[in-house]
Formats: sequence, structure tokens, C-alpha cells
Amino acid sequence: MSMAVGVQERDPDGSGVTIAGVRLHVDLAGAFVHLAERMLIVADLHLEKGSAFAARRQLLPPYDTAATLARLAALIVRHTPRVVVALGDSFHDMRAGERITDADREALTALQSGREWIWIAGNHDPAPPAGIGGETCDSLAVGPLTLRHEPLPGAAPGEIAGHLHPAARVFSPSGSVRRRCFVSDGSRCVMPAFGAYAGGLNIRDVAFAPLFTQRRPTAHVLGMRRVYSIGHHACAPD
Amino acid sequence: MKETRTIPRKTTPKKAGPAASLPTRFADWFASRGWQPRQHQLELLEKARGGESALLIAPTGAGKTLAGFLPSLVDLQTPRNRSGLHTLYISPLKALAVDVARNLETPVADMNLPVRIETRTGDTSASKRMRQRRNPPDILLTTPEQLALLLATADAEYLFSTLRRVVLDELHSIVTSKRGDLLALGLARLRQIAPAMTSVGLSATVRDPDELRRYLVAQTPGSAALSALVTTPAGAAADIQMLDTRERLPWSGHGGAHAMAEIYGAIKAARMSLVFVNTRAQAEAVFQQLWTINEDNLSIALHHGSLDAGQRRRVEEAMVQGRLKAVVCTSTLDLGIDWGDVDLVINVGAPKGASRIAQRIGRANHRLDEPSRALLVPSNRFEVLECRAAIDAAKAGEQDTPPRRTGSLDVLCQHILGVACAAPFDADALYGEVISAEPYSDLPRKDFDDAVDFVATGGYALKSYDRFAKIKQAKDGLWRVANQKVAQSYRMNVGTIVESDMLKVRLVRGRKQAAPEQVRQPSPVYGNLWYPAKLQGGASKTTYTGPLTRGGRVLGQIEEYFLETLSPGDTFLFGGEILSLQGIVENEALVARANSDAPKVPSYAGGKFPLSTWLAQRVRKLLSNPQAWSGLPGQVAEWLELQQHFSMLPPAGDLLLETFPRGNRFFLVAYPFEGRLAHQTLGMLLTRRMERLGLKPMGFVANDYAIAVWSLGDVGGRLASGKLSADDLFGEDMLGDDLEEWLQESALMKRTFRNCAVVAGLIERRYPGKEKSGRQVTISTDLVYDVLRRHQPDHILLRGARDDALTGLLDLSRLADMLTRVKGRIIHKPLHRISPLAVPIMLEIGREPVYGEAQEHVLAEAAEDLVREAMGE
Repeated sequence: MSMAVGVQERDPDGSGVTIAGVRLHVDLAGAFVHLAERMLIVADLHLEKGSAFAARRQLLPPYDTAATLARLAALIVRHTPRVVVALGDSFHDMRAGERITDADREALTALQSGREWIWIAGNHDPAPPAGIGGETCDSLAVGPLTLRHEPLPGAAPGEIAGHLHPAARVFSPSGSVRRRCFVSDGSRCVMPAFGAYAGGLNIRDVAFAPLFTQRRPTAHVLGMRRVYSIGHHACAPD
Repeated sequence: MKETRTIPRKTTPKKAGPAASLPTRFADWFASRGWQPRQHQLELLEKARGGESALLIAPTGAGKTLAGFLPSLVDLQTPRNRSGLHTLYISPLKALAVDVARNLETPVADMNLPVRIETRTGDTSASKRMRQRRNPPDILLTTPEQLALLLATADAEYLFSTLRRVVLDELHSIVTSKRGDLLALGLARLRQIAPAMTSVGLSATVRDPDELRRYLVAQTPGSAALSALVTTPAGAAADIQMLDTRERLPWSGHGGAHAMAEIYGAIKAARMSLVFVNTRAQAEAVFQQLWTINEDNLSIALHHGSLDAGQRRRVEEAMVQGRLKAVVCTSTLDLGIDWGDVDLVINVGAPKGASRIAQRIGRANHRLDEPSRALLVPSNRFEVLECRAAIDAAKAGEQDTPPRRTGSLDVLCQHILGVACAAPFDADALYGEVISAEPYSDLPRKDFDDAVDFVATGGYALKSYDRFAKIKQAKDGLWRVANQKVAQSYRMNVGTIVESDMLKVRLVRGRKQAAPEQVRQPSPVYGNLWYPAKLQGGASKTTYTGPLTRGGRVLGQIEEYFLETLSPGDTFLFGGEILSLQGIVENEALVARANSDAPKVPSYAGGKFPLSTWLAQRVRKLLSNPQAWSGLPGQVAEWLELQQHFSMLPPAGDLLLETFPRGNRFFLVAYPFEGRLAHQTLGMLLTRRMERLGLKPMGFVANDYAIAVWSLGDVGGRLASGKLSADDLFGEDMLGDDLEEWLQESALMKRTFRNCAVVAGLIERRYPGKEKSGRQVTISTDLVYDVLRRHQPDHILLRGARDDALTGLLDLSRLADMLTRVKGRIIHKPLHRISPLAVPIMLEIGREPVYGEAQEHVLAEAAEDLVREAMGE
């Protein structure tokens, strides 16, 4: 078995994924931890999605922002990152800042204090709402890795993106399971959405096709105690 | 004219001069047809004259519908001061409303009555609906959903103020569901608008008529008001036989394949048969198998809820015209119209309930004085016991219709918004009105206030949505709808039936193939899925009808999740055809006709009723009493004797547990006979408990009669040694913490919540401009459920979902009753190997979905696959 770039490495303990030669730790909450950089990476928080629906009079429970921030806080306690990167679509829309409650705004500020915080621009949120701290950029290079919101079509070695909300569906003779997942061919990766109201898109959807033209990707599915790496062929469409 | 169920076919001689109470015009009409009015028809007329509401309980064929309308027609023969809506008729089926309207035209035309009759269903044109609101007919026939829509318009007050009478058909069927709650609230509204109105309910025989009598009249706190009751003498007892097959009886399965030749023989010998099955998938399979052996080219058709409505109408019409020999159908034909001259009802599979089977049997021979003929075909050994029990129950005239339901909170929420859409409302007055509806008569004021709060701003403890409120309380204290968009969206989402996401099945092209002399199958040509070409007078065609471009015919609808399990090119049975999936485009599944030996059968979700409590009781008794086995087929009696020899028979009041090793697993099999749903819940809770006891359970399977759990730990050994007591293992306390913990993750609970969220209007499935967004549900209710459960566990919708789960998918109330019943009465039988009684449930292993920890195993196995591939194994 050769270790050339692109051949996928097995992950014996189900705790990480290697992208373009960089090993990233997977937190089962659906985040990457770049240990060497003490960097925490999350994608698609979609803060204030509930209130965005409420503005159209679908009165979804207004607790999604608090829920997402609480999970993020737990991640920060676990990994004490030096820098947090949110891979875009962190806020559900441009008016999220008008709807976010003071308590949630304060909770976010508290998470940001004492560490670097980078908002990568997403299609829902070219910039964070006014009064929210942190830096903004379109993409971020970390060694051989490039962190951006929307994956580029065609080959993009080292890219780590969000936007697509990947989820995998697995069948067995005894039943089926659908879970959020990381999807990667070893050279690039799409991360699962982190937000409480962010749904999942099946990795067999055509939206993923332009990203993995050379090699079939693997779904790194979030289990209860470990990550399960499952071949693309073993994942079913929706 | 054709005979219909509204018309008695034979006169029933009655004493007492009926003509005396009947206006001359009507008495003459009856006489001109050679009929006499029936006693119950006159009684209902009398009640109506006295301003009384009434419940009429009568079997099919008793002239029930005419009885219901007679008082209205009598009233309407004299001109009124102001024209307007006089009588409202509500039916659970729109086809029934249309049919009744047609039948009503006969007496109206014969007697030249000045009465205008119209129907209003989802199919009625927008312009006609608009006109009906402004210029209503005298009699309007419609459905519960249409009534809700009418009540939510600003015209409601004007439209219904003239109303004198409401006729509720098939009331026993409506009241068992959320539709019944919605209708009850609508009825309460009508009583406010038209205080002089009386209601009449038409029902088949039920267990407790008083429940329906309360439903028909306004309830007042502290005392139960009852409507009058009119009944008819019972008709001739039905002639019910169980098929004593010459074939070997299968151990499991529900298809009845072994008996197909015998079923075919029975169809051949009868004039016209209805072949009832329990699920749509079974209907497809039975239909296909009958056609495979249809040497005589009998005209056998198919009818189930997934088929295109036009197709169903054609089958119904052909039945009425007597052009069919048999129809394979599901519960879609349980209710309703007299579909032609059916003289035999065949029920394939388990009857499930005494009332259900009685209703089905009543579909044959709508003549009161002649017995209905029915043939029960059990498809496995346990079903033999169930059929026997059902026949005994029918002889004893037992009924097991479900007990009264408590009005659902989600339906209440929907209704409150509807009320606001019609006109501003006062909360106190509306509360008084709501608790006058029978299902809501015990509704606490707090629940009502919570429902209003939910409709207004979502009912959240965190008050952040005030500016997005759907209804607002103005200074005058009245609640008003925020804007017309809210009203529009209400109208698009009214109703209580939440279907799974369905895809249209569209035929895009036939697959060109040399037509071999293939298996005989119904060859669908042009508009007739159910009718072979040669019977239409054309030449036999076994090939497709030629290439169809996209935009071909819609064959019906199918659950999205079933199609998700197929890949393009996979074949399945639908509408009696073998189809091959070409692809899914938006909300349509594009299919082509195909030839295949082994099509997958659609695993339709619909139609899996659990075994009723009453019937279960009879089955347990039958099983425990060898004297009663003489009435059973020889093979079955022999099977039970073997069970007696190798293990034991569960005494009627006790719970039998068998344990035995098999392979490298230990099995525990229990026989509670409480129905599939309660057993499934039991399985979840039991495996949780065994997990905690270190018994390492690996999975379980449940059917209507039994449950089997397998584990790595020796559960039988622990029970036998006394280290574990059976009473502890099946302790009622599993409904405490174990249940709470499990509910948090339960997929069934999430599905229940989804239904509540849609009915209550939290999630809008349709909104202006996005009518066909079936596939793109705006947000996953599973995610909403998770968030809400953590942050506001006492939210009204979570309470509503829990209430639903008690009787619905989880059947918790029944499980709780069972655990109480068997306390101290559990018999453990340690065995060395599987018992005869355990064979059927053991054969079902591997067919059921997995839950909880087992999901991790599925993932781990799939991951192992990758490892093997990577390692080149």
C-alpha cells in the first residue's frame, strides 16, 4: 500500500483525518482541531436562522443561536484553541445582528476574548454584523491548507471548506443511518455544518461531484464515540 | 336508475301508520316506488321536528343516508323566508360526498322539491367555491377540511347563519383521528353561528354509542350532554368462513401466497368479490399473484390509496357497472359507497380488529335480510388464531372501536388561527366554545392560553418574537390576525393529515424489448391499469405502448423514502405494473415499464394496524385452551400441541418468557400479544435495561404477537439462577427514566413531533408561490425537536407530541396496561432450543429497522468494508 498523495490513509483510532499531508483531529461535535496551530475550525454556524424564519412568520424556537454557541463553548473548553476559524455562513443573513439577543451577543463576545477569531466570508454573510468582534477574510492559508467557505470546482489540494453541509446515509441489512460527516478524498475536505438548525445535504448529491473528479471521496461519519470512515460506494443517496 | 345504498331494496313491513308522520308528497313518493319508510327514518324525522340532535346506528344497507336527509327534504319542501344554506353534510371521503349528492338528486327530482344540492371538495373550481360562499345551495356536501376552510373566511357568519342541520356521515370513522378533533371544533363554531342548528350522526355499530352521542351536542362543564339515539334491529348474521387451506401454512409473512389458487377459486365461484389486504404493498403483491394464475382472464382490478385518483374512480365505476369480477383493495374501500353487487368479501391476512372486520364484511351484500358472505384467509399460523378469534367475536357481536380521544393540542392551535382568520375573537368566549366540543371538554384553561400564545408568538419562554406575531391582541381585547399573508398561509396549510413526503410516479417511456411469452400479467394499456387489453376487446399486448416522452402519464404517488432505497434501473411493483426507476427529478419519480422476475415491492408505510386489545384477549384465551382447538385447521392444532410438548402454552392472563441459546447468541422471546407498536416500544426499553444489566443485547424484533431479543449475555441463565427476576426485567419502572432517555433520541417521537409541528402551523409545508415544495421541506423538524426539547421541554408542541405518542406510534398506554397486568404473573421457561411458538418471530429477524446502539454497529460494519477494500482483502 503506497502512501502517495491522494491515497487515503486509514485512521485506526477513528479520531482524525489527514488532508494534504496535514493530520487534523476530529471532534465528534463536528469540528476540526489543528493541534500544531491550536486552531479550532467550524463551518456553517447559521446563527439567528430561527429568527430569520420568524421574520417570515414561521415561529421556530428562538434557541438555536444559544444552542450553537453553547456547543461551541464546550469545544473551546475542550481544546483551548489559540485561534478559532468559522468557515462562513456563520450568520444566517445580513440582518442577523438586528435580531440577535443581548445575551447571545454577550456569550459570543465572551468566547472570543483571549483568542484570535476569524470570520471567513460566506454567501449568507459577506461580513459579520456590526459590533461583532473578530477579523474577516475571504480565505485563510495555514501551511498547505486553504480555508474558505465555498469549495472551488475542480481540483483544490489542501482546501478545507464548508457551505455544502455534507451528510451520509448508510444502509445495512438491518436498517439505515443518516449522519453529518466530513467528506474528503485526502487532498481536500468539506466540513459538516455546525449550526443547530443547519440541515445536511447527502454527499451523493450532484453538488459534490465537481469537487471529487479524480478520486472517490470517503465519508468520515460522526459516531457516538469515534469517527467512522465509510467509502463513497457504501453511502446511499437520499 | 341504479340501486344505491340510500334506497331500501326490499320493503320492511312496519306497523304504525307511517304515512301519518310523513307529508303526503313524501308518503306518495315512497308508495310510488313500492316502498315503505323504515322505522328509524321516521324516528329521525320526529327527533328533528322536536329540535333534537340524534345519532343513528345502523348497518350498511339500512337506508341510513336517506334517513339522515329526510328531515331536511321535508323541511325544504316549504319555501323559506330567506334562501341560504340549510343543511351541511360532512363525509370523510370526498368521493362519498359526490356519490351521496348524486343519489340525493333522485328523490328531489321525483318529488319536484325546490332544493339545490352542491358538493364542495378540493376538486371544486375556485370560481364555484367563491360563488358558493356568496350564493350558497340549500344542501352542501363536503369534507371536514373544507368546513374548516369555510369557517376561516370572513363570509362564515353570513354563510352559516341560516344553517338548520348538519349530517355527519361515517361518524365512527372520523372521530378516531385528528380530523375528528378538527370537525368537533368546527361543529362548536357552527353552533355559535347558528344556535338553532341540530346535528345528526350516521354510524356503523360501535362499542360505546354514548361517546358519539356526546360528540353531537354541546357539552357543558360538569355534565355530559347526550344526543338522542336511534338504532335499527340487527340484520342477518354474517356467514364467515376461514379458509382451511390444502397447502402448507407458512410460519411467517403476510402475503397469503400459499393460498392464492384457493382465493382464485373463490373469486371464480362468486359473482363479485372484494379482496381486502392490510397494506398497499400486499395489495400489489396479491394482485400480481392472482394475475399470474388468471387462466380465465377474470377481470380483477386493483384499488389502493397511492394510485392516481382518476384511476381509482375508473375502478369504482366499473364495479358499480358490474364489469369486474374482483377488486384487490386496502382500507380505501372500507368505507363508503355501495360498490355494486358484491357477494363475497375475502380478507387476506390478519383481521386486526373485530369492528374492522365487521365493517369489511358488511361491504358484501347490502341487503339487511340476507347474510353477508366472507372468507378469511390467514397468511400464517398466528393469523389462523386471530381469524378464529375474529369469527368468534363477530358471532358474539363484539365491537372494539378505539376509545374516545382527547382533543389534540396541535389541532386546537390550527383552529384558533382559523377563527382569527374569519374575525377578531375574544379569548374567554372562544375558550367557552372550545370546551363545548366533546374532545376538548376537559381542556384546562392553561392549555388553551398556551395554544393562543403559541399561535401568536410561538409560545416560547424567551419572548423575542413579539414583532413577528401572527395574531395580536388589540386595545379592545380582541385577537386579530396580523395581516392577510398569515390568513393566506393558514388556508394553504389547513388539515390534519400529514402525509410522508410523496413523489409523483410518472411514466416516461416504455422499455423496448422483444416481448417474450412472459409471465401473464395485467398488461396496462392506455388508461386502464387494471384491465387487460384482451378484455377491452383489443388484441393482447404484452409490450409497452410506444415511447413516451417526459411528461407522460402520472400513475400515482409513492413515499419518497421508498424511492430513496432504489437506484436507477431498479424495478418495483406499482399499480400492478413492473416499473423501472429512471431517475428522480424534483418531486417526480420518472419510471419506465419493465420486465423483471423479481421486482422490489413498494414498502408503503400506510395501513399497518396493530392487533386490537379485544382480539388479543380472545387469541390468548384460545391459545391457552386446547378444548377450543377443534375449530382450528389440523396443522395449527398440531403446532400448538408440539409447543405444549416442547415448552408450554401461555396461560391467558400470564406472560410467557422463553429463553434459549442459538448460534453464539442468547435469545429471549416473550408473548404479550399487545400489537406491533407496543411491542416495538417494549423492545427499545427492554434492550436499554439489558444493556445496563451487562447482558449486551444486540437487537430485537417485534410483531403483533411476540417479541424476541438477542444478546451476548446469557439472560436465560441469569433468570434461571434467580440473579435476575423476570418481574424486575419487565418492571413498570421502565416507563420512567428509561423511557425519558429513549424518547430523546427516538425516531418515532421525532416523526410524531413533525406531525404536530405541521398541524399546529409551526412548519408550513406550503406557502404562497411554493406550492409544490414537497421535497424541499424548509427546515428539518428533527433539528427543531432537538433544540426545543433541550431549551423548553414543557412547550405545548412537545406536550402534544407526547400525548400523541401515548396512543399513536409508541402505543405507550397499551404497554403500560400490559406491564401492570402481568406483574407477578411472568412464567420463565428455559429451553435448550427454539420452541415451535417462537419460530414465526425468529423468522422476522433482519427485516426490521435498527435503533440506538445498533446504529453504531451499522456504521462500524460499513467502515469495516472500507478497511477490507483498503487492505485489498
